[in-house]
Amino acid sequence: MNASPVPRFGETPSVRRRLRRENLARWVFGAMAAAMVLPLVLIVGYLVVRAAPALSLEFVLDVPKRGMTEGGIWPALIGTVYLVFLSLLVSAPIGILAAVYLNEYARENWFNRVINLAVINLAGVPSIVHALFGLGAFVYAAQFGYSIISAALTLAIMTLPVIIASTREALASVPRSFREACWNVGATRWQTIRSVVLPNSISGILTGVILQVSRAAGETAPVMFTGVVFFKAVQRGDLLPYYLNEQCMALSMHLYTISTQVPGVKEAIPFATAVVLLTLVIAVNAAAIALRVYLRSRKKW
Amino acid sequence: MSDPATPSIVTRDLNLWYGKFQALRGVSLDIKHGLITSLIGPSGCGKTTLLRCFNRVNERYGYVTTTGEIRVLEKNIYDPDVSLIELRRSVGMVFQRPNPLPLSVYENVVFGLRVHSDSPPTRATLNEAVEKALREVNLWQDLKDRLHQRATTLQLEQQQKLCIARLLPLKPEIILMDEPCSALDVEGTAAIEELMFSLKGKYTIVIVTHNMAQARRASDECIFMLLGQRIEHRRTEDLFIAPENPKTAEYIEGRYG
Ligand SMILES: Nc1ncnc2c1ncn2[C@@H]1O[C@H](COP(=O)(O)OP(=O)(O)O)[C@@H](O)[C@H]1O
Ligand SMILES: [Mg+2]
Repeated sequence: MNASPVPRFGETPSVRRRLRRENLARWVFGAMAAAMVLPLVLIVGYLVVRAAPALSLEFVLDVPKRGMTEGGIWPALIGTVYLVFLSLLVSAPIGILAAVYLNEYARENWFNRVINLAVINLAGVPSIVHALFGLGAFVYAAQFGYSIISAALTLAIMTLPVIIASTREALASVPRSFREACWNVGATRWQTIRSVVLPNSISGILTGVILQVSRAAGETAPVMFTGVVFFKAVQRGDLLPYYLNEQCMALSMHLYTISTQVPGVKEAIPFATAVVLLTLVIAVNAAAIALRVYLRSRKKW
Repeated sequence: MSDPATPSIVTRDLNLWYGKFQALRGVSLDIKHGLITSLIGPSGCGKTTLLRCFNRVNERYGYVTTTGEIRVLEKNIYDPDVSLIELRRSVGMVFQRPNPLPLSVYENVVFGLRVHSDSPPTRATLNEAVEKALREVNLWQDLKDRLHQRATTLQLEQQQKLCIARLLPLKPEIILMDEPCSALDVEGTAAIEELMFSLKGKYTIVIVTHNMAQARRASDECIFMLLGQRIEHRRTEDLFIAPENPKTAEYIEGRYG
């Protein structure tokens, strides 16, 4: 046996061929992963370079001037913060509690299957359809009028199914044996949820909710149909410029307006607006990641 | 086949750390060719760790450090010219919970062959390999009409036998088993032990077991480990009847474990 030219466990030609293929596969996968980073870097780089002449703290804090061709974006920025905050204030509690019911209490029966199906399908509804629904339901039927409330509720309906889905996933990742341990000392389901399930899934739940911030901040159609206007006069740097039954401005809509509707806008301004929107979203996502890392580090299993 | 007189696995002063925790301490062993050697010792003493050293699976964790020497079939497996692919082909492993792939019985048995051949093997080669391997593990009678059934739907005992059969077409020299019966009932355990006897001689078998009675029944040689150290290694009968080390005596009397 040992007389063969290849030493024991040595690389035969066949092994070498397989290793070459292995390296090729690894290289292709790695290249695809890298290719994903490239567009991101290009997009962000391009935006920042084009936005540079207009970007400053003043731009963020100032109000639009001269028919929105100059000045800043404060009313739109604060409007977006209002809308996102209010919509999540509504959709996060409802979504999380519904997900807890579906994951912890619901048994397999037709009723719950229908709910599941509804959640999955709602998550796939295009935002323009949500916009029309919001218009009919909140602006007209509920008589909230074109207002921040209507727009926030429309965004809430839009984010709700995704929050339910991500929360269910987070809950499902808590090992079943933890729950069994609780039940076996006579804890009720609610006691189990409060003391074991929620503490161990909170990082996943919060991440799912926070990721919806960027979605809500970026949507144009749902808010344009229900409560966002082109222009609204507010004080520079005012933190509470809007009443909830008024209309407001929003970044996504503002970007649309100054890029396509208003002639003679200084070139850098739309890019600077996009950079502010992007920074807002990235900052929120970074916060989500940081929170997740922090909560994970306390979780030991 | 290698010379029966030379040991199949030799370790010299083997140490292994998981991060800062030392799981193996100066283990030196000669595991004889063609016999069944059992590894016993209380939970956490490093039996699984030692077994996984023999085909270098531990290295998959980045934080594992190993020092010392391991020779398998007279070849130092840490030599730079050793290919892990070829090593694992010769040193097969059976796990605690049967882990058949979610494929048919047939595809499970020929999986290794397919992985290891450059050009697709012919139907005839595969058919022959399946029959031979399943006969060797006493599954052929039961399964010959159900070769295309999903392996994960078999009984646990059959699954575990299949996991052994899966190794055989690659012509391994050594089969490592990590508590192969702990998920099985009494009959399943008996069947696997019987199978080990029938494979003995052709393959060198190392079996980790929690069950002292099983070590006594089923092995030729027995190694007792404690806290990462090899305490005693002798013929099974001698170890159980007249242990040399007082710690061994206490363990087999059941004072701790
Ligand atoms: N992947 C691992 N990472 C860190 N420590 C481990 C790992 N696997 C095993 N250990 C530790 O090494 C020791 C030996 O474990 P193991 O070899 O599984 O013991 P046995 O199989 O004899 O019960 C134990 O203390 C165990 O906690
Ligand atoms: Mg073990």
